[in-house]
Amino acid sequence: MDLITPGFGLIFWQAVVFLIVVFILGKFAWKPILKSLKDREDSIDEALNEAKNAKEEMAQLKAENEKLLADARLERDQILKDATAAANKIREEAREEAGKISAKMVEDAKTTIQNEKKAALTEVKNQVAELSLLVAEKLIKKNLEEDKAQKALVDDFVKDLNVN
Amino acid sequence: MDISRRFRPNKSLKISFLSILIIVLTSNFTVFASGGDGEEFNPGEMIMHHVKDAHEWHFFDIGETQVTLPLPIILYSEKNGFVSFLSSKFHHGETSYKGYKLDHSGHIVAEDGHEFYDISITKNVAALFMGSILMIIIFLSVAKGYRKNEGRAPKGIQSFFEPIIVYVKDEIVKPNVGPKYQRYLPYLLTLFFFIWFGNLFGLLPGAANLTGNIAVTLVLAVFTLIITLVSANKNYWGHIFNPPGVPGPLKIIIIPVEIIGILSKPFSLMLRLFVAITAGHIVILSLIGLVFIFHSWQVGIVSTLIVTFINIIELLVASIQAYVFTLFSAMYIGMAIEEHH
Repeated sequence: MDLITPGFGLIFWQAVVFLIVVFILGKFAWKPILKSLKDREDSIDEALNEAKNAKEEMAQLKAENEKLLADARLERDQILKDATAAANKIREEAREEAGKISAKMVEDAKTTIQNEKKAALTEVKNQVAELSLLVAEKLIKKNLEEDKAQKALVDDFVKDLNVN
Repeated sequence: MDISRRFRPNKSLKISFLSILIIVLTSNFTVFASGGDGEEFNPGEMIMHHVKDAHEWHFFDIGETQVTLPLPIILYSEKNGFVSFLSSKFHHGETSYKGYKLDHSGHIVAEDGHEFYDISITKNVAALFMGSILMIIIFLSVAKGYRKNEGRAPKGIQSFFEPIIVYVKDEIVKPNVGPKYQRYLPYLLTLFFFIWFGNLFGLLPGAANLTGNIAVTLVLAVFTLIITLVSANKNYWGHIFNPPGVPGPLKIIIIPVEIIGILSKPFSLMLRLFVAITAGHIVILSLIGLVFIFHSWQVGIVSTLIVTFINIIELLVASIQAYVFTLFSAMYIGMAIEEHH
């Protein structure tokens, strides 16, 4: 039982007991404990990874949404632009058409007026001719009766003519 | 609420430490209270009696009666085969039994001088049994906690030991052994807790100085040596027998140095633990011994204060030595299995 000389008995028991303890604890304690710890670490890692993935997915989804929104906005702008252009075109066309129609109407009116005028003139001419003929006839008739009376008659007719 | 919950384990730890201290102190006084009268007080003898192993478990004396637990003596010799009897048959070394007797230093000797092996259950062996059984009970119940609380937070004893297990695994073993650390974890975890428990129980009053016994530290160091040598790879042996970058003639010097290095590593493990724990016990016992040398209660007050302080330090030392032994074992194994780079 000396202090610095190891005793045989204790060496023997220490070796035997320690090996038994290592064996028992290794099989029935450390193995399940370390497995549980590893499982827990793994599940925490997994959860963290999942959270990270979900976050990334969210970000991606958000980016996609924004892209969709931007696309939609762009499309809307395009449609509006197109619509405006189309409306303008239609308006322009309508104006042109209206212009054309009114020009044509004016033209037609002018032509009609011209025609009417011509017709009226022709009528006037015809009437004048007829009247002249009538006057001439009456003149001739009166001339045959009385010179004086004839002259007065012509004057009278001319006076009437001027009024017309 | 939150804070009080967090500190509760600390508080109970403190209380248990304090109660250990109180028991240590009071029991030490009862030990010496009777030693004072009658024969001359011999501090060296008293200290060695407490530090060394024995065939009987001596608790305290009441007057002239020694309160001891007799332990079984088991002897094997070619002449007599197995011989087994209780140590009380020796009557504290006064009588011989079955041809064996105790010499003055507590060794068993054969009266006719024949050779035999002494594998008695001494005080340290008994402490070893108790400590080991306690370890098995504790860690099996910790393991049971993991089965019961699967996928949930640890509870009770499980939550007390989990951080320590995780610390040993992640801070001592993993960084020092390297990527193949899993294979060495059971040994190193058992080593850590065996030393830690042994150190702490050694501080209990009347307990055996198990981890301060050189036979115990020798066996632990040899186990580390065996594991190191068995798992050592080519790279490790190459560094010893053909150190790279060393010129030929120098190898004559370097190779023996490297070979000594193999043995000096476990030797240092063995000595460090033995010395640290035994020295702590000797310091405490010496300070208490002062009271009986000076026969003075004033010295008693002072040495009680100092002993209390040193006991607290010893609690720290108990953890540090378990940490250091495990750390160096992990490092030696790590060096032996390190791949060439």
